[in-house]
Amino acid sequence: MEFSKPLLTVSPSPHLHSGMTTSGMMGTVVLALLPACLVAVYLFGLPALQVLLICVVSAAAMEVLWQKATGRRVTVTDGSAAVTGLLVAFNLPPSSPWWLALLGVLLAIVVGKQVFGGLGHNPFNPALVARIVLLVSFPTIMTHWSAPQPGRFFADAVTAATPLSEMQATVTLTGSLPQNPTGFPTGYLLGNMAGCLGEVSALALLFGALFLLWRRVISWHIPASYLGTVIILSSLFWVIDPSRYPNPVFHLLSGGLMLGAFYMATDLVTSPLTGRGMLLYGCGCGLFTVLIRLFGSYPEGVAFSILLMNATTPLIDRYLVPRPFGMSRTGGLP
Amino acid sequence: MKRRSFPGGTHPPQHKSATADTPSEICPLPPELVIPLAQHVGAPAVACVNAGQRVGRGQVVGKPNGFVSVPVHASTSGLVVAVEPRPHPCGAELPAVVLQPDGDDVWAEEYLTQSFHVLTTETMLERIREAGVVGMGGAAFPTHVKLDPPHGKTIDTAIVNAVECEPWLTADRRVLLEQRDKVLTGLEVLQKISGARQMWIGLEDNQTDVAALLAPHCKQRGVGIAVMPAKYPQGAERQLIYAITGRRVPTRGLPMDVGVLVQNIGTVAALTDAVTRARPLIERMVTISGPNVVRPRNLRVRIGTPIAHLLKHCGLREEAAKVLLGGPMMGTAQHTLAVPVLRGTSGVLAFRRQDITAPAGGSCLRCGRCVAACPMHLLPTFIADYARRDALDLAERFAARNCIECGSCSFVCPAGIPLVQSIRYAKGAILARRRST
Repeated sequence: MEFSKPLLTVSPSPHLHSGMTTSGMMGTVVLALLPACLVAVYLFGLPALQVLLICVVSAAAMEVLWQKATGRRVTVTDGSAAVTGLLVAFNLPPSSPWWLALLGVLLAIVVGKQVFGGLGHNPFNPALVARIVLLVSFPTIMTHWSAPQPGRFFADAVTAATPLSEMQATVTLTGSLPQNPTGFPTGYLLGNMAGCLGEVSALALLFGALFLLWRRVISWHIPASYLGTVIILSSLFWVIDPSRYPNPVFHLLSGGLMLGAFYMATDLVTSPLTGRGMLLYGCGCGLFTVLIRLFGSYPEGVAFSILLMNATTPLIDRYLVPRPFGMSRTGGLP
Repeated sequence: MKRRSFPGGTHPPQHKSATADTPSEICPLPPELVIPLAQHVGAPAVACVNAGQRVGRGQVVGKPNGFVSVPVHASTSGLVVAVEPRPHPCGAELPAVVLQPDGDDVWAEEYLTQSFHVLTTETMLERIREAGVVGMGGAAFPTHVKLDPPHGKTIDTAIVNAVECEPWLTADRRVLLEQRDKVLTGLEVLQKISGARQMWIGLEDNQTDVAALLAPHCKQRGVGIAVMPAKYPQGAERQLIYAITGRRVPTRGLPMDVGVLVQNIGTVAALTDAVTRARPLIERMVTISGPNVVRPRNLRVRIGTPIAHLLKHCGLREEAAKVLLGGPMMGTAQHTLAVPVLRGTSGVLAFRRQDITAPAGGSCLRCGRCVAACPMHLLPTFIADYARRDALDLAERFAARNCIECGSCSFVCPAGIPLVQSIRYAKGAILARRRST
């Protein structure tokens, strides 16, 4: 037959793709994190730039090395290692020594991600695994904060306390909140406070988060339920005793809440799949964050609460299965 | 006018402008027509002509075999050269009547035009069956079966599906614009047969011009026009019924279980010919489009025309690298251009080598995009994972059989995992296991 040239490609439907790929999503996250990177370098100078560079480069290198060593397909071009590296840097003090950054990346890439089988298989957020292991192993270095010195790139570091640690120390000592925390709230919004490299500027993080929401890399469920729960719970405590418990705006803008709610809790791999699951997960994150901040021994609870909820993700996915369209309320799933 | 939709779904690029406003043309007769005996859901027709026999246009060449079956007709007059297996769009070679047109194109019988008002429902159903009318949206389910629900089921709402949510396809749009009178008569026939109290035409909001043109005619006949947001798969039966009536078709049920009847717009137009003129379904509107086509347009094509003939008529930019029958989301890729247009073929899309994108299959990111896109509210990534591991019990428990195979999950998957393919496998394997036990 003249028509039958065996040159036609045959494949199963659908024959179109949305065009959003894994590397595209990771690239979008990197773009979204850029404003916060710029703010960090502006505030904390060259040490911050050094930490950022070490983390990103070594994350990519370690992924390649591990995958070569274990004989796997090298998937560094999907960009997930770069994102993990950036997020590890964001969770370190800005003046961290080079070996701390390297160790953090090693923990995140190898222990946090690759031993479970690589991208998509890790139960816990790799960057937070690194942060928590470092925090409990090197508590002094990991809580050695330097004060922001806007625009002074070569200045010597000046030690300072984060708003949350200051709050906890004062509450423990005097039983009431510190009077007028310095720079609250506009300084907090812009990032003019001590803290982890990437968490300080709520404004820069929000800017990137809007970009992620617009590109639909993250959905609104987790940030909304996380921040909503924090606002409601902290308002409750604040109303009960304003001299003992800080107001919700302070909770929102201090510490790693913005970073956590928009970039860490929303980690695709370790958060639930369904909208309802995400809402529940976000509420859990918010609950534990407020509880740890107000009653825990650590001043900050974002990292712990997200890891804790990561552990519940498989359960949430297993038991919050959506009801299939057209299926009755009773004749449902397990 | 209504504006509702369904939860889930995706927004593939539409590409409809290439053919939306080009008037349709009559496709010239090809040198050879291949008329498969299996063109509908149900038992294939049985050939009743032999090689060497002369047939007239519209003459029955295949007799129905059972209730869920329809006859097959000669699309033009000519000589039967063979009754043999030929490439069929399903991928296999299936029995077909091969017809050499004689160019005269004379009807086998003279037909009279008759008003449907004087006909009984039984006569109309009989004529619809004789004419071989099947669902022309793609499923090709015999229409007389659908119009004749079993006792105890009443239809109160009839919906005409002109949604056409697949990219590129504009055949339904051209039918609405060019064969408006046939469609309107078909609506009345549909109402008379089904006894539906409410009639709707469902359109997407990229067809507001058509809706505006139709509005006065529909108002006169008490037919509602439902304009829904353009979203894939708005044209899927269950999603369309939900968007227009708010009713959910039960999982293992049919639209008639919620009192609804859905017919494709092309089918409705074919009803007119079948009932008022007793003319068989031997021609349909087909969109010829895609980036490889020089003059994309809609053609009125005789059933059985090989797609090579259509592509030659519209011109190819370069040698075709991929050719689809139907839309890009649910259509099937063909391995040969010898396959013919069937009654359920809505489009022929041709692609060049550089248009073919094969997303690399990475590992699941658990991003949940497939879950958000699934119009049936399933967890595609879970079901596909179970299917790959042959864990059929788990796949079934997560309602794999509810999948309508719309392909939204594969379309959005950033890792390029062929989710719907795995789920399709699971559905087949579950059914096969049920049959064997």
